[in-house]
Amino acid sequence: MGLRIVVLTKHVPNIHSNRTFVDGRVARGAADGSLNELDEHPLEEAVRLLERMSDEERAGSEIVALTMGPAEASDALRRAYQLGADVGVHVLDDALAGSDYLGTAAVLAAAVRRVAQDGPVDLVLAGMAALDGLGSVVPALVAAELGWPQLTNAGALAVADGAARVERDVDGVTEVLEADLPVVVSVNDHINRPRFPNFKLIMAARTKEITTWSLAELDVDTSKVGAAGARTQVLSAEPRPERPPVELHVDNGEGGVALADFLASRGLV
Amino acid sequence: MTSTSTALVLVDSLAEPLRDADLELVTIARDLGVVAVVSFDAPAPATLDQLGAYGVARVVELAVDGEPHLTGVAAQALTHVTDGARVLLARATFAHKEVLARLALLSGAGLVIDAAQVREGDGGSVVGAKRVFAGTWDLVCEVRTPLALLTVRPNSVRPSEASDPTTPSVEKVDVPAEEASAAAGGVRLVSRTVHEIDAEAGPALAEAAYVVAGGRGTGGDFAPVRELADALGAAVGSTRDCVDEGWIEHDTQIGQTGVTISPRLYIGAGISGAPHHRGGMQASEVIVAVNSDPECPIFEICDFAVVGDLATVLPQAAAAIRERRG
Ligand SMILES: Cc1cc2nc3c(=O)[nH]c(=O)nc-3n(C[C@H](O)[C@H](O)[C@H](O)COP(=O)(O)OP(=O)(O)OC[C@H]3O[C@@H](n4cnc5c(N)ncnc54)[C@H](O)[C@@H]3O)c2cc1C
Repeated sequence: MGLRIVVLTKHVPNIHSNRTFVDGRVARGAADGSLNELDEHPLEEAVRLLERMSDEERAGSEIVALTMGPAEASDALRRAYQLGADVGVHVLDDALAGSDYLGTAAVLAAAVRRVAQDGPVDLVLAGMAALDGLGSVVPALVAAELGWPQLTNAGALAVADGAARVERDVDGVTEVLEADLPVVVSVNDHINRPRFPNFKLIMAARTKEITTWSLAELDVDTSKVGAAGARTQVLSAEPRPERPPVELHVDNGEGGVALADFLASRGLV
Repeated sequence: MTSTSTALVLVDSLAEPLRDADLELVTIARDLGVVAVVSFDAPAPATLDQLGAYGVARVVELAVDGEPHLTGVAAQALTHVTDGARVLLARATFAHKEVLARLALLSGAGLVIDAAQVREGDGGSVVGAKRVFAGTWDLVCEVRTPLALLTVRPNSVRPSEASDPTTPSVEKVDVPAEEASAAAGGVRLVSRTVHEIDAEAGPALAEAAYVVAGGRGTGGDFAPVRELADALGAAVGSTRDCVDEGWIEHDTQIGQTGVTISPRLYIGAGISGAPHHRGGMQASEVIVAVNSDPECPIFEICDFAVVGDLATVLPQAAAAIRERRG
C-alpha cells in the first residue's frame, strides 16, 4: 500500500532580507533565498502521515519534493531533504522564467503526472501561499489541471480508507471537506509545528541527488509557460517611497492622551 | 470605455444590502463598463434599490442546483456570465482568489490577485496595481486577455453613488445538478459553519477602516485593545502568536497567513513587527504602535509610536477619544 506524496516547494527570497524586483520579476539569488517557510508545514505533515503507518503499511511510501525555478531553487530541495523528503525533483528550464500562476500550475501538474509514471501519486501537498507573491492560488490550479479534488488551506488533515478529510478556517467560515484520493491539499501554518532537522538528515541532504527535468521531458502545453505565455504582464515595479521618520513619544503618564492628540491631528477621531 | 462591454462584480450575497467593500467594487466597475452584479442568491428589494443608486444595470442570480460554496462549482457557474464580459471583480478573500483562478483556467482569462487599484490601460486593456513584499513595492500588471479577472483589496476607493441612477434588470441563470456535481470534482462538503459576526464587537477585520491589534505584549489580556477599538469603532486584530496561545480567535490574525488589511488607521499594541505580521498590515495608511521596547522593529514603519505599557496607554487613549467625541 503506502502513500506516495508529492510536496510542492518554492524557493523564495528570504523574508528577513530586502526583497527586490528586476525587470518586473522577483530578483532571485542563492545568497539570501530559502525554502518558502510555509512549505515546511506540508513537508512535516507528509512525514507525519508516514510515521503514523506501521512498517508494513508504509512499504512503497515516498515523499517527493518538487520545485520549479532557476538553478538556485535546488536550495529549496536541499532544505526539503533536511525535513524528510526522500526524492527531490527540480523542473529547470530557461523557458519557464516569467510564468504566471496558470503557467506555473500547468508545469507543476505535468511534473506530478511525470512522477506518477513511476507509481501512482496519492497526495499532492503544498503550503497555502508562497510568502513572496502571496497569490495562494497555485494549489487550486494544480488540482484543476490534474482533474483532482482540491482541499485547500487545511488546518487539520486526516487520511484514511482511501480518502482525505480536512478542516479549514477561512474567511470567517469553518468547513470540513472530504474527497477520495488522489487529492491536492494545501495547508496553513497552524496545522503542525515543523521539527528541527536532525544532524543525520542535515548531513545526508548535502549529497543527495536531485532529479532535474526540462520542459521537453514533461507533457505540457508550452504555449502557456514563460513570459510569452503569461496572460498578465508586469508594466512596472517600483519601491515605495520611504515613510517619514516615526514621531516617537515616550510615555510619562500621558502617552494615551498624546496618541489621541495625534489621531485628532490626522483627522482620525 | 467601450460602453457595450460588461463589467461584472461578484458578491457573496444579495439577500442583504451590500457592504462598503462590495460597493467599492461597483464604483470601480462603473469606469470599466456596464455594471452587472452576480451572486448565488436572489436579490432582496432593498438591495436592488441600493444597486440602482450605484448605477448597476443588471443583476444576475446564478441558481446552482448543488453546492456553490465549493470552488469548482462556483467557477463553473460563473462561466455562464463571462461571455462578452471585459472584467470581473471580486473582493480579496481566499475563497474568491481560488474561484477566480479556476475561472481563469476555464475561460482563458488573465488573473490579478489582490489589486489595490484597477484602471483602464492603453488600448482598452485592464490594469491592476498591487502592493507586494509587505507593502514595500508597487507592481503594475496589465491583463493581456480579452477578459480580466481581479480580486481587489478593500479600501482601494471610496464607494460613491452613480450620477445616473438605474433600475437594474434581474435575471436568473440555472446551473443544473449534473453540471454542478461534475464541477465539484469529487469534493464533498461535510459541514460548513459561518462564524457569528458580533455586531457589538465592531466591523469585519478585512474591510475595517480602523484596526486596533494586540500582540504577545498583551499577555493574553485583550481588554485594553478592545476598549480602544470600541472607542474608535475599530476592528480587533492580533498576531499569530496570540492565536497559537489560544488567547483569541484565528479570524483576528493579521499577516501573511492571516488576514491582509489596508485600513486608514492601524494601531498595533504589544506587537514587535515581525515580517510575517508586517506583510499583512504595512499597506495601512496611518500606522501607530504602542510598545514598551523602544528598539522594536515595528517602530521603523510607524507614523507615530508610544514607548510605554499598553495596559495603561490604551485605556487612557480610549478615554481621551471618548471625551473628544463627546
Ligand atoms: C511561516 C510563518 C508564518 C507566519 N505568519 C504570521 C502571520 O500571519 N501573522 C503574524 O502576526 N505572525 C505570523 N508569524 C509569526 C511571526 O513570525 C511572529 O512570531 C509574530 O508576529 C510575533 O507576534 P508578536 O508581535 O505578538 O509577539 P512578539 O514578537 O513576542 O512581540 C511582543 C512585543 O510586545 C512588547 N511588549 C511586551 N509587553 C508589553 C507591554 N506591557 N506593553 C507594550 N508592549 C509590550 C514587546 O516589547 C515585544 O515587542 C508567522 C511565522 C511563520 C514562521
